[in-house]
Amino acid sequence: MDALIRSLIDGLLLGFVYGIAAMGLTLIWGVMNVINLSHGAIIALGMFSVYLLFTALGISAYIAVAITAVLGLLFGIVIYFIAVHRVIDAPELSTLLATYAVNMIIIGVGTSIFKTSPRNVPLDLGSVHLGPAVVPTTRLIAALVAILVAAGLFLFLKYTRPGRYIRAVTDNRDAAEIVGVPSAQVLALSFGLGTMLAAVSGALIATVFPFTILSGGSYELKSFVIGVLGGLGNPVGSLFGGLILGDIESLVPLVMPTTWTPVLEFVLFVVILLVKPNGLFGGEE
Amino acid sequence: MSKRIQQHASLWLSLGAVLLIGIWPMLTGNALDRETAFTVLRAVALASSLNILLGYTGYVSFGHVVFYGLGGYVGFYLISERGWSLWLAILAGGLAAGLLAYLLGLAILRLRGAYFALATIGVNEAVRAFINNFEPFGGPTGMTLNFKIYKLYGGPANALQLSFYIILGLTLLVILVSYWVRTSKFGLGLLAIREDEDAAEVMGVVAPNAKTWAYVLSAVIPGMVGALVFFKNGTIEPGLAFPLNTSIVMIVMIMLGGQGTVLGPILGAAGYETMRDFLLVSPLFKNLQLAISGVLLLIIVLFIPRGLVGWLRQRYPKVRRLLI
Repeated sequence: MDALIRSLIDGLLLGFVYGIAAMGLTLIWGVMNVINLSHGAIIALGMFSVYLLFTALGISAYIAVAITAVLGLLFGIVIYFIAVHRVIDAPELSTLLATYAVNMIIIGVGTSIFKTSPRNVPLDLGSVHLGPAVVPTTRLIAALVAILVAAGLFLFLKYTRPGRYIRAVTDNRDAAEIVGVPSAQVLALSFGLGTMLAAVSGALIATVFPFTILSGGSYELKSFVIGVLGGLGNPVGSLFGGLILGDIESLVPLVMPTTWTPVLEFVLFVVILLVKPNGLFGGEE
Repeated sequence: MSKRIQQHASLWLSLGAVLLIGIWPMLTGNALDRETAFTVLRAVALASSLNILLGYTGYVSFGHVVFYGLGGYVGFYLISERGWSLWLAILAGGLAAGLLAYLLGLAILRLRGAYFALATIGVNEAVRAFINNFEPFGGPTGMTLNFKIYKLYGGPANALQLSFYIILGLTLLVILVSYWVRTSKFGLGLLAIREDEDAAEVMGVVAPNAKTWAYVLSAVIPGMVGALVFFKNGTIEPGLAFPLNTSIVMIVMIMLGGQGTVLGPILGAAGYETMRDFLLVSPLFKNLQLAISGVLLLIIVLFIPRGLVGWLRQRYPKVRRLLI
């Protein structure tokens, strides 16, 4: 029983971190119907940003996470105007390939600079007791930061003017333009927020697990699974999707070999796409 | 030129291009050239197959490599563990891929646009993860061919030569199928689905059937190619058989040459492989090969979305009949 609760708590904590990465993916999809295939590369950049700020410049790890967030936002806006804006109204193949091209560029430059040797952020803050579970403090802080970021995004979308613009463009871009919403800027901001969430998620993962420049790929796939679980275009659903995936990952090893986890995840992914394309919490089409 | 030849001029052009790639290493007699040509032909066969679904029907399969990998595994298993001949194994690989496409098609072709693309990624990852756990296929370490098997084909050197003739034959077959689809009534239905699926249904195209058969057609040859390639490799493992990256490279080749045309994927695949070889051996670009491919892809997507053949067709209306 204790093992079960321990795994459950472990999974929940990781789930929040996975969840905000997926929120980034699904925010972009919801606002502009673009599947961002550079998502994984940006998660990896987030990891390396913290790594470099922490080990090379000696900046405190969590301040480095904050700096990474700002960089992620700016980087996303740049990517939007270079690679996405021109094809935003083209068939989805164009945006899929444009963002994949960005992915190739980042990974290509990244591997030539950093090679593919594993890195880690040497950060040890001891561990804390959560009921029967003993978890590394870094993991608890990562989950708390993820919750804060998710809450911040929620408030931003709900109560600020740019947030309202984003929601307006999500509902109906043409109508929003007619009433004077500057749609190009709003799309760029949304893309930037999406990449910011990916970068923060990568930054937090870097404080917990070792990584390479190629690690982003597997987290990107996780984001797809979570995004579909929670409903593409539904950021709050993503957070719950993240918790579900985190718990699948930590509970499955209790009953069968760990290597079956991805089989379960992707079968679940395809089945949900087929039977509930709006996600577990979404309504009917 | 007789009328008949003129009528099929574009087919002759495409077949000629493939034959040129095939004859080149035979003329030079260099084994290294033959291996290069093998890689190019493999790329042409895969890209042209995917083009039937992506270019003609407008469904973006991001996980098409699943058919290549599955065909490879089925063929390899039959040759290595069951003692089947290469020929039967290649047929079985194609059959397995076609069957998977048929069953999958019934389910996931209902999804449209990006949802379909995501589902194909999910299918590829699910199959890869499953094979990783599937002991008869060797699990994560895969399988290795007993070297003696090549003796049946006159030793390793002859087996390589034979593999080359087979890939050439398969590639020519894909071009014939691709041309037939492009010019048949069935293909016209697919093009209609690409432009507007709902309107096509109203006009009498039975979209679910047509899409499923397009999916099957685009899967069979990659399955056969997979069986051949891994026989030639002598070893197979999940990472080699299902690299998601290869799926996307196939799409890049199609985009480069021009989607929805017979000639486009041939030019795109040959061009991409040539460029990659050049970048890999150049000391300046070796490390940045992937990034440069990315920049190239971005430029094509942003500025020349119809690819080389599409651009030529638009620029020179007179050659349109030749370039379909």
